[in-house]
Amino acid sequence: MPRFYPIIINSLLLVTLSLSIAGCGIRETNVERGNREQILYIGNGTEPEGLDPHIVTGVTEHNIISALFEGLVSEDPIDLHPVPGMAKNWEVFEDGKRYIFYLREDAIWSNGDAVTAYDFVYSYERILSPALAAEYAYMLYAMENARAFNAREITDFSAVGAKALDDKKLEIRLERPIPYFLELQSHYSWWPVHPPTIEKFGGMTERGTHWTRPENIVSNGPFNLTDWMINQRIKVRKNLHYWDAEKVKLNGINFLPIDSRDTEERAFRVGYIHLTQTIPLHRVDYYRNERPDSSRFDTYLGTYCYLFNVNTPPLDDIRVRKALSLSLNREEITQYVTRAGEQSAYHFTPPDTGGYNARARIDYDSEKARDLLAEAGYPNGEGFPEIELLYNTSESHRTLAEAIQQIWKKELNIEIKLLNQEWKVFLNSLHSKNYQIGRFGWIGDYNDPNTFLDLWVTDGGNNRTGWSNPEYDNLISLASKTFAKEERFNYFQDAEEILLEELPVMPIYFYMRSLLIQPSVRGWYPNILDHHPYKYVYLDSDN
Amino acid sequence: MFNFICKRVLYAIPVILIIATVTFFLIRLAPGDPLSDEKVVPSEIRVNLEAHYGFDNPLWLQYLHYMRNLFQGDLGPSFKYTGWTVNELIGQSFLVSLELGLLSLIIAVLLGTISGTIAAVNKNSSLDYFPMSIAMVGICMPTFVMGPLLILFFGLYLGWFNPLGWELWSDRILPALTLGIYYAAYIARLTRSGMLEILSSDYIRTARAKGLPEWRVVLVHGIKTGLLPVVAFIGPASAGLISGSFVVETIFQVPGLGRFFIMAAFNRDYTMVLGTVLFYAILIILLNLIVDIIQVIINPRLKYE
Repeated sequence: MPRFYPIIINSLLLVTLSLSIAGCGIRETNVERGNREQILYIGNGTEPEGLDPHIVTGVTEHNIISALFEGLVSEDPIDLHPVPGMAKNWEVFEDGKRYIFYLREDAIWSNGDAVTAYDFVYSYERILSPALAAEYAYMLYAMENARAFNAREITDFSAVGAKALDDKKLEIRLERPIPYFLELQSHYSWWPVHPPTIEKFGGMTERGTHWTRPENIVSNGPFNLTDWMINQRIKVRKNLHYWDAEKVKLNGINFLPIDSRDTEERAFRVGYIHLTQTIPLHRVDYYRNERPDSSRFDTYLGTYCYLFNVNTPPLDDIRVRKALSLSLNREEITQYVTRAGEQSAYHFTPPDTGGYNARARIDYDSEKARDLLAEAGYPNGEGFPEIELLYNTSESHRTLAEAIQQIWKKELNIEIKLLNQEWKVFLNSLHSKNYQIGRFGWIGDYNDPNTFLDLWVTDGGNNRTGWSNPEYDNLISLASKTFAKEERFNYFQDAEEILLEELPVMPIYFYMRSLLIQPSVRGWYPNILDHHPYKYVYLDSDN
Repeated sequence: MFNFICKRVLYAIPVILIIATVTFFLIRLAPGDPLSDEKVVPSEIRVNLEAHYGFDNPLWLQYLHYMRNLFQGDLGPSFKYTGWTVNELIGQSFLVSLELGLLSLIIAVLLGTISGTIAAVNKNSSLDYFPMSIAMVGICMPTFVMGPLLILFFGLYLGWFNPLGWELWSDRILPALTLGIYYAAYIARLTRSGMLEILSSDYIRTARAKGLPEWRVVLVHGIKTGLLPVVAFIGPASAGLISGSFVVETIFQVPGLGRFFIMAAFNRDYTMVLGTVLFYAILIILLNLIVDIIQVIINPRLKYE
């Protein structure tokens, strides 16, 4: 039937033609265009839950919001020490219980309004209002009566420790002195919103209004939101009203929500983005060895660990928990299983958290592990009941769980059953203590050991192990009342020692932030919180 | 025909109500809720959140509240994406899925019917075996293999297309091909068997006996009835295509509806789950109706009833 050939030939021609049109001319990549125009293209992991600094809770959101808003205090790009932001300076009174911030005269909103102390007070009232139901309201609990107001115990906001003394003078009173209070200011829950804009779109306590849309939003940071297509792109452009606009070198940032690690890596490879959120595990070796100039591996403020439900036998026996922990060779785990350059965790608080380094350690000692297990009544693992290791469904968690299952089989001759659950089911099981050993990861809220150690106090909301130790509770409480750094850290050291002695939680490794970065990106310094104030970032177009 | 359409629409209303009710209670049965996260918030904040979303009300009251809003066409706010309503999210992403779906449908129908017809006309020759073997490969190769392969070749090796994104017109080609090829393979096989059956029937023999040229026999008389199985298949297939594909959207970073459909369930984003399920249900009902109408038009043996 030769009559049909023309149809095939025509359609093939059509396809080839359209393909060659697309291929015509060497197109400029995003990275090349970005370098020329000072526009940074960031692979931002996933679509943000929103852009309201008082509602959202994630890192993805932080990455964008920190371009749009600025708090009283900002961060140094290298070591993140507090530098003046909206406040040009501040004074500390009563041993750190009272602060007065002096706002800069040229602090203005993107619509030209002045940023005043009243805006800050309004913002604090907003995030603490029970009706707004802000999840991060507890970040402000350090402020006098803030918790009481948020928990509806008092209704008069004037009793809360925030007061505008005049347009540019803001007083904040704290419940107790907090050594890391200024560092807390780098968290977006403390940042101001523009009251008239909030009022225009539904009022102070209305959740999820349209005020964060590009056409409505008024912000005070180095950039303005100009475009937002859900699951596609978010564009911010330089805010000329920003007080330090002269220093801002980038003209804009395009945030692309790329969920898939592999897609993101391909995007990086063809120059579609400057920065990625991570590196797919199977590409880590390649980038580490072949492209060291475009890959970064930085320690991150987080710990990956397994929880023991201390109310279920045999895990109610400290000796069993210790045996399980001592038998792990963590160096081997990070080297051969997780492989992204993570640091083995021999204690719970990551190294150099706010200058704190734990003295206590739990090392690898399989001999001792076997002895302890025998002491607990299971010589050579005999009679050890089969227990379950629960993790949320994910390739990387499974790989690690399987490795640990094998290690325990080999070292202690005990059987562990692996059980994976979908994310929300898993959370439910952990929360209702319906597990024996459970996977857990904790990312610090701020750069201080307190965010790691106050987790484990009796009945703490995030302490799902059932573990309770009055001495430990007391040490954490003492630390919270102490301002002197050394004394405070000593309390934490003692607490961490108890934690590692009783082991309700078994640290495995400290998180690592691995990312791909085009060599043209400048001013992107490694730090433990993974914060990169955009006003110091620029693109070197010669590269 | 008007009565037929009215009747079908009336039938659809209880179906949609049942789907809404069942989905509402099923998603509530799943462990976990939209507010749970790895970091547990203090109990006073949890109380505030539950009060804000009305979770402190009895379930039947929440159900009535939801149905009341549903009747006004309001699918509620998304729990996950605060600041967006489900209506907005579906509206924005459906346009993308529709575009991608229609493009892939065109590719699928063109590729499928042409190669299927060629195969049927040249039964048991190389022109039959070759396209049919390709179709078999197309059916067997899942989109998560096809997509990255196309990206690897056209995106990374030749550099003709962006390996991801939805900004340029050329960004549409690779995802549409990935989705289209898969459906084209099915359509090719359906076309072939449909055409084979028809080409050996009496009225085709009559047409040939009248001395009509072969192309008229195949393209005018044969194809009309031969494609009936394809038309029946296209209904649900196009619902699947234009409501978005999780895999293709993830691989190519396409801002479509498919990802919402899947992720909403994982996030326990109650309103979003309900919204997408209802939207998908209505879409299927609508497309099936259209397919039924088309079938009556092209098949004289069928009548509206």
